[in-house]
Amino acid sequence: MRLSAAVGLGTVFLATFAMAQGGKDQRRSGYQDMSPALQKMQDDDTANPAMLYVQVGETLWKQKAGASNKACADCHDSGSMKGVAARYPAIPPGGDKPVDLEGRINLCRTGQQKAAPFEAESEELLDLAAYLARQSRGMPIAPTDDPRLTSFRAHGEQLFKERQGQLNLSCANCHDDNAGKKLGGAIIPQAHPTGYPIYRLEWQALGSLERRLRNCLIGLRAEPFDYGSPDYVDLELYLMDRAKGMTMDAPAVRP
Amino acid sequence: MANVLINAPKTVRKGETIELKALILHPMETGFRPGVDGRLIPRNIIEHFTATWNGVEIFRLKMSPAMAANPYVSFFAVAKESGTIRFQWTGDRNFLAEGSVMVTVT
Amino acid sequence: MTQPTRRIFVTGSLLVTVLPLTSANATPDAMTAAIKDVVGEARIRPGRVTLDIPPLVENGNAVPVAVSVESPMTEADHVRAIHVFNEKNPQPHVFNAWLGPRNGKAVIATRIKLADAQKVVAIAETSQGEFWSASADVIVTIAACTEDVK
Repeated sequence: MRLSAAVGLGTVFLATFAMAQGGKDQRRSGYQDMSPALQKMQDDDTANPAMLYVQVGETLWKQKAGASNKACADCHDSGSMKGVAARYPAIPPGGDKPVDLEGRINLCRTGQQKAAPFEAESEELLDLAAYLARQSRGMPIAPTDDPRLTSFRAHGEQLFKERQGQLNLSCANCHDDNAGKKLGGAIIPQAHPTGYPIYRLEWQALGSLERRLRNCLIGLRAEPFDYGSPDYVDLELYLMDRAKGMTMDAPAVRP
Repeated sequence: MANVLINAPKTVRKGETIELKALILHPMETGFRPGVDGRLIPRNIIEHFTATWNGVEIFRLKMSPAMAANPYVSFFAVAKESGTIRFQWTGDRNFLAEGSVMVTVT
Repeated sequence: MTQPTRRIFVTGSLLVTVLPLTSANATPDAMTAAIKDVVGEARIRPGRVTLDIPPLVENGNAVPVAVSVESPMTEADHVRAIHVFNEKNPQPHVFNAWLGPRNGKAVIATRIKLADAQKVVAIAETSQGEFWSASADVIVTIAACTEDVK
């Protein structure tokens, strides 16, 4: 079953790649920019280190917590979570601004379970995010067409194109204008968030898109936005729209 | 309970050679890395990994700080009898983790 | 009075520069010494061992490695141990594995850390006391932007 899943996903990527070469879609995911050895590490669920986090995420999903003594599984059938990671960030019911997947998990944690929110980038939060993202693996990125998101997405696009930091570069300078070329020894990816949360070899751990964006900002010698800043959500909103239709390969391995 | 991921086929014919895979969450801190304060982060690694089949040792691994974090190992074993394959990891700071998997040999 | 002092001073400073400075990194000599600790005076023959490691890796934190040794893996003739060494990490060992006929195949796969572009050496010890080896050169690249803190 697992082998066919791995082969299936490999085929999906080859098909996406073939389509891209055909001139229709020039977009490439970070998976395609990796060496075969790392692709193999990601494809094998019995060897992908991210699966250690998914495993714990599944346990946490079923664990009762908080003053309500409810588990996520008490309200959500895990099958019903397919496609959720593929459409976030989104505006939660009763809310007026978008949250990312981790933000949404914490809203449930405080609102429904009546428990303390998980800290940013904490292992439990990443475990749950990895478990949820795994449910969307193989599905196309499908942001909602909620009209309220338009202004937030536009802000995200502005952040993507704005020069920052001592190096005075914008995300677009590398990831739009120079994707595919090398920076140091590394291939510059197009920066489509198809695989988050990722097991990044550089971190030797699983991490969120927010962590990766902070990494880039530090790399630019810019002041990273605070953890939980809506700027990250707006950026992610833009990135997911930019990657619309691409296949989720979460939780991914990246160098 | 340490976070381990073990993989072995559930059923196998007698005499067949099967692949066993074991993955465990562990920082494998080398002891050579400086922290943000400039001081070396103390070493914290898994040093020994053993596998037994119905109590008989079938594989042993000594790890050094040069093993990657969240160490993964795959090796092979000939299926002789049904039973339990047990894995054990030990290391710095009295680290001990165990995992096991049942295999049916027909 | 000044001449002998100057001569001693020059000799002294030459000695200091010639003495090996303690280095944070292992050297090919350290790897040779580590191999000798395991193999002793026995001859190491190239062959029978395949060291499968990518020639260029995107990140040295987790380099996939597979070592396989041609062997019937019988009671009479099998691989007893596989030892892997490196030449530029802070210490020369990577891992040691002990096997036997019960393994059926002398094949191990794992992931290792490589601090720099360097040579990796795998040595297989057979039940008949023979040592066979293979080596591979690996180029290690790192991420363009590294982070110090999360």
